[in-house]
Amino acid sequence: MTSPRVVVVGTGPAGVRAAQALVEAGVRPIVIDEGRRDGGQIYRRQPEGFTRTHATLYGSEAAKAQALHSDFDALRTQIDYRPETLAWNVTAGQLHTVHATSGETAALNFDALIVCAGATDRLMPVPGWNQAGCYSLGAAQIALKAQACAIGSRVVFMGSGPLLYLVAAQYLKAGATVEALLDTSPAMPTLNALRGLLHRPRLLLRGLALMASLRLGGVKLMHAVAPLRIDGTPDGGVSGVVVRDARGAERAFACDAVGLGWHLRAETQLADLARCEFAFEPLSRQWLPRIDDCGRSSTPGVYFAGDGARILGADGAEAAGRLAALAALHDVDHARGRSLFAAEQTALTRTLATMNGFREGLARAFRWPHEQAAALPNDAVVCRCEAVTAGELRRSVFELGSQEVNRAKAFSRVGMGRCQGRYCAHAAAEIVAAAASVPVELVGRLRGQAPVKPLLMSAQEHE
Amino acid sequence: MNKPSLQPGSGGRFVRLAETARAAVHLSIDGAPVTALEGDTLLVALLTHGRRVRSSEFGDGTRAGFCLMGACQDCWVWDEAGHRLRACSTAVVDGMRVRTTPPASLWPVTPEVAARERGEVFR
Repeated sequence: MTSPRVVVVGTGPAGVRAAQALVEAGVRPIVIDEGRRDGGQIYRRQPEGFTRTHATLYGSEAAKAQALHSDFDALRTQIDYRPETLAWNVTAGQLHTVHATSGETAALNFDALIVCAGATDRLMPVPGWNQAGCYSLGAAQIALKAQACAIGSRVVFMGSGPLLYLVAAQYLKAGATVEALLDTSPAMPTLNALRGLLHRPRLLLRGLALMASLRLGGVKLMHAVAPLRIDGTPDGGVSGVVVRDARGAERAFACDAVGLGWHLRAETQLADLARCEFAFEPLSRQWLPRIDDCGRSSTPGVYFAGDGARILGADGAEAAGRLAALAALHDVDHARGRSLFAAEQTALTRTLATMNGFREGLARAFRWPHEQAAALPNDAVVCRCEAVTAGELRRSVFELGSQEVNRAKAFSRVGMGRCQGRYCAHAAAEIVAAAASVPVELVGRLRGQAPVKPLLMSAQEHE
Repeated sequence: MNKPSLQPGSGGRFVRLAETARAAVHLSIDGAPVTALEGDTLLVALLTHGRRVRSSEFGDGTRAGFCLMGACQDCWVWDEAGHRLRACSTAVVDGMRVRTTPPASLWPVTPEVAARERGEVFR
């Protein structure tokens, strides 16, 4: 047969390993990358002309980052690499892309589409989070990694999850002033959480070492806090953070920047557009594309790997990317792909099972504090894009009878702004569910729409 | 040649921690001359000199970007021709002229643009 047409979206750990597996099998994939350089977010590469070493940039993960970058460099002549390109829609057997600066569009026919779209920070609104100087944790890390900048001269990090500690430690090491680290999760994980975390004991130890380094560096570390508000002015932006501590006392921290994040949410828009089925994941309380052990979705020819489908982290993404690519080749009856798949499937799925055990531990230890969404005061902004408040969203439930998030979106515009719901959808679902007194899985999820990010109206697709 | 200050409190929101030996790049932001460094994003050029990128069209104050990875679209600015630029994912180029409000010739004219055209501060 002729070589199958395979398109990979994303060049983070999953996308790079998927592309590499395809090349090994003798296939030349098209690789779509929204970034200017490969690496994705976690192994994001600094621009040409920057001189910091991999060890400085990626710490304990330097060797993995280096390997991923050099392996991708080695693939460059054997793939059709398209950086600065957005995959904005999927139709039957076709992926639609547009180049960021030239506006050039393409409709790519595929036999297999391997989506490695990654994740963004998962955000819980805090009153005042719409002020200048509030950033996602990922943003704080990108400022440092890709631009050698801190987001402010005195920074508070608040939220929960491994990234909270990692970014704070990276800031401290780079010479930034970290005023406080405020975790909404308790200091001691439950037994169930620990059992999960012990799937990767070395990673657990590394996490504990991070916490110790922060304490040693003089960072105020607080657990089990309830965020009350982010103080500041409309003109000047952020000036402080106020939380309630575990004993019920109010604590205020002065700062000029806040990094916020509660672990990650998957970028699932392409799954929606490809009409893939979704399933509710009760531990993390988010909807994810339903995939089998190898990354196959419910839509034939469409595969998912990495944090865009399961939040397994970078190591899990590398294994999932390779496995999804090999499964795709197996499914199109590609001889070399079939034999690689047969040889590696068992080991790769075993690796992913270990990663998933650890993921469950993380989700339990750093839980999504959904009750905070339900408790948000009515005047708190939920949609940053258009400054829509929790009160307006609740009105769509109480007065307009919205018990489903897409309906609530139509009435309140929460989820309709420029970020297309990326930073409000999860909290909005919790607010609607609490107001309607139904479990969050019953209020549904905001459907992804094309284009998955805003396009210029002048963008034209030619046949 | 003006080197951007490394000290906090010098007017910028972002603080440079390293990589300051890069070549200077000259651009203008709302008509004012600004010196950035080669490899900077437009967002870093804006926020090492000021504390805001733009004002919210919805009246809730200034904005300074949020996600830095092209997902939130909070950091849109414009070139003189009215082309929209996402500041976090646009590299600075020598001679670039950037405005933090769209030209009023663009449709639609949002309230904060109209206020600015009248010389008022939008609240």
